[in-house]
Amino acid sequence: MTKTSNPAELAEISKRVRRHIIEMITAAKSGHPGGSLSATELVVTLFFDIMKHDPANPAWKERDRFILGKGHACPVLYSTMAEAGYTPIDQLNTFRHLGSIYQGHPDVRFIPALEASTGSLGEGLSVGLGMALAARLDSNPSRTFVVLGDGEIQEGQIWEAAMFGAAHKLDNCVAIVDSNKIQLDGFVKDIMPLDPLVEKWKSFGWHVIDIDGHNIEAVQKAFHEAESVKGKPTCIIANTIKGKGVSFMENNPKWHGTAPSKDECALALKELA
Amino acid sequence: MAVSKKYELKIGPATREAFGKALVEAGQKNPNIVVCDADLSKSTNTHFFAKEFPERFIQCGIAEANMVAVGSGLSAAGKVAFVSSFSAFVINKGFEQLRATAAYPNVNLKVVGTHSGISIGEDGPSQMSIEDLSLACNLPGFTVMAPCDEVSMKAVIHLVAEHIGPAFVRAGRSKAAHVYEPGTEFHIGGSHELLSGTDVAIFANGLLVAEAIRAAEILDAEGVSARVVDLYSIKPIDRAAIERASQECGAIVVAEEHLKDTGIGSRVAQVTAETTPCIMEFVGVDDTYAESGTPEAVVEKYGLLAKDIVTAVHKVLARKKK
Repeated sequence: MTKTSNPAELAEISKRVRRHIIEMITAAKSGHPGGSLSATELVVTLFFDIMKHDPANPAWKERDRFILGKGHACPVLYSTMAEAGYTPIDQLNTFRHLGSIYQGHPDVRFIPALEASTGSLGEGLSVGLGMALAARLDSNPSRTFVVLGDGEIQEGQIWEAAMFGAAHKLDNCVAIVDSNKIQLDGFVKDIMPLDPLVEKWKSFGWHVIDIDGHNIEAVQKAFHEAESVKGKPTCIIANTIKGKGVSFMENNPKWHGTAPSKDECALALKELA
Repeated sequence: MAVSKKYELKIGPATREAFGKALVEAGQKNPNIVVCDADLSKSTNTHFFAKEFPERFIQCGIAEANMVAVGSGLSAAGKVAFVSSFSAFVINKGFEQLRATAAYPNVNLKVVGTHSGISIGEDGPSQMSIEDLSLACNLPGFTVMAPCDEVSMKAVIHLVAEHIGPAFVRAGRSKAAHVYEPGTEFHIGGSHELLSGTDVAIFANGLLVAEAIRAAEILDAEGVSARVVDLYSIKPIDRAAIERASQECGAIVVAEEHLKDTGIGSRVAQVTAETTPCIMEFVGVDDTYAESGTPEAVVEKYGLLAKDIVTAVHKVLARKKK
């Protein structure tokens, strides 16, 4: 894979990833497009610019680690990892089929390069903090990045983990909240409001950066700032749009977990051309 | 007639204390071992490890779910993480995390639940773990061990520390009778025949092992030859020992400090059903929560003493004769 810090190139990769997302979910006839599309710039920028890793050597001890807490958004992770060279691009359309490495939620048994099997919400941040702690104990420069859903952080374990990360000063761990404001049953503000979100994480002892999660330069800047913060973990609140990039999916709870029809797929791909 | 071996059953340290000390030894052998506790280190006895290796002891506060998943992260990143709390808390509050972050991805996490069973006494049912072995056996890939005394607990801690794969070990609060001589060998998947016998086989683990030995002595005086087997390895289970007992004795009693309906009794019965079916009776906590009291009073009221095993043996032998 060729890494790049060029926002235009990262935007190009993001567009390819979005196309994969739409195509693989359409082929699977099930899956979660909305939260995959909202997290695209975040995941692509991590894999193609920020993280130190090597698809040819996924077990490299000093690699940075990535965990998708909101495991249902795995189409964005699978597509990004495939684009990065970890797994075959031409098998993305086997997503959710029996025997596919692209399981319905991330499963390390099928893709060992994944750092964690996720899907049961609220657990990835704890696992990531454990990995960050292991790195510190080993004087290993490895950093850990965990992408969380905003709905996901309604889970109580997230706040146990938030206390733990601050107490142990795990500045080599970055949590990114993909704040797309929508969860399965509707809008987050109606289901179980999270505001004031920035203040919540701050009060738990985290360094907080509030950004537009689709602005690649802002995303890059936030990750660089996170790396410079010592003595506390960083939480990036990435304000995003659920379904971003496909007009009829944007900001519509329907597209949390609905697969597009063939016609809708064609329409979406036209917008993502 | 005399029992095949005489056990003094002198009172020794609690298995939780043996665990705490073995953990220090394991930590000396393997610098990769780290230990997490949820504000109970003085009770679980991980404080011995914390004192010896402060940099490798991770205080997680009263947050078991997070602790289990942090432990999984540590182990997934190459450490050998032990997470410990009261069994009731680490298994029940951490069960989903044990499932999703340790069992499902097959992470090398070690879980030690102390204060298991009802013999904790005074603290009462909120702290009593009567479902932990059943739940631990519901975690595919987990090794599940329930040693009965100091010697076996120390051996088991070293075994699971060296074993690659997730494991659950059950420890108790109250002082435990010495059953084993130092140097006795233990294996994952093993068991020990403590007394030989041919009329009935009593399978037990943990606290009930000493009670089973006492029961065998009472039965011996009645002319009943009772075999006593310590099933310290719950998963994998020693199928050969169970099948042999079924064939040679034709009657089995399983005794455990656990809910009777879902404990090792069911696992033993499954093995007999799959190999040589045999008449069985079960001693355990009978579909209820216990209550506060001295440990002695509680285990007596809820039927976990040698006399209760003897009663079960009488029942099983009466059925065998029919």
